[in-house]
Amino acid sequence: MNIDLHEKKIPIIKIRDFLIVSIQVDMHDKLAIQLQSQILEEIEKTGAKGVLIDISVLEMVDSFIGRMLSGMASMAAIMDAAVVIVGMQPSVAITLVELGLEMPGVDTALNMEKGIEMLEERLSNYNTL
Amino acid sequence: MNEISFDNNWEQLGKYPIVTEHDIVKIRQLVRHHAKEARMGIVEQTRITTAVSELFRNMFNYAEGGDVLIERGNIDGKNALIVTCIDQGPGIEDLELAMSDGYTSGMGMGYGLPGTKRLVDRFEIQSEKDKGTIVRVMKWR
Repeated sequence: MNIDLHEKKIPIIKIRDFLIVSIQVDMHDKLAIQLQSQILEEIEKTGAKGVLIDISVLEMVDSFIGRMLSGMASMAAIMDAAVVIVGMQPSVAITLVELGLEMPGVDTALNMEKGIEMLEERLSNYNTL
Repeated sequence: MNEISFDNNWEQLGKYPIVTEHDIVKIRQLVRHHAKEARMGIVEQTRITTAVSELFRNMFNYAEGGDVLIERGNIDGKNALIVTCIDQGPGIEDLELAMSDGYTSGMGMGYGLPGTKRLVDRFEIQSEKDKGTIVRVMKWR
């Protein structure tokens, strides 16, 4: 089996106040860590208020990737941005729970549209405070 | 605890070293491939792939890597996918403790072995201090 694992950066797209990241590859550890700092840098650079991370094509999330995602949510929160994980496959959700991995502080949404709604709602609440 | 036996009538599907983190990804994808071949459902495929990913990472982090043996065999009348991880690392001093829920080595693998065990149909472990660890997991439909 030939699998391309060369260090391609995962693209981060900014739309209005949000960053959109779609993870399309089975990430090895370094790539996951690199993505974490890439997103934080992008939050700083753009002042984004929310980050949507689409994991709908990820076929598995092990404890390392799970920890990376929840770590990123806490770091982003400190930088005043909310993270929503979007599109987790049912089999991945089942496995994560069985593994015993909890992801405190991580919000999830079924799909990208619901995730954007979630962030917009949060942003409008925030603005009326 | 019973010794893990290598004298089985199982069909060997491959033996691979885990040296880099890329190997973790490559070989867990291979395991998924074999799970698919064995016509396991998507949840079963995900369980075994995640379980071996945890084991491979343990080897990579704590034992400077190791070897992975992928086999197919008949276990109690079931067609099982069998993955054995062999390392020459520091070993686990207190296996009972390491297998108890909530145990963490303090190096960030709190779910480690008990979590991995929950994902598979059979889990065997053998470890000797300063000699290494062998973990074998089995999954069937």
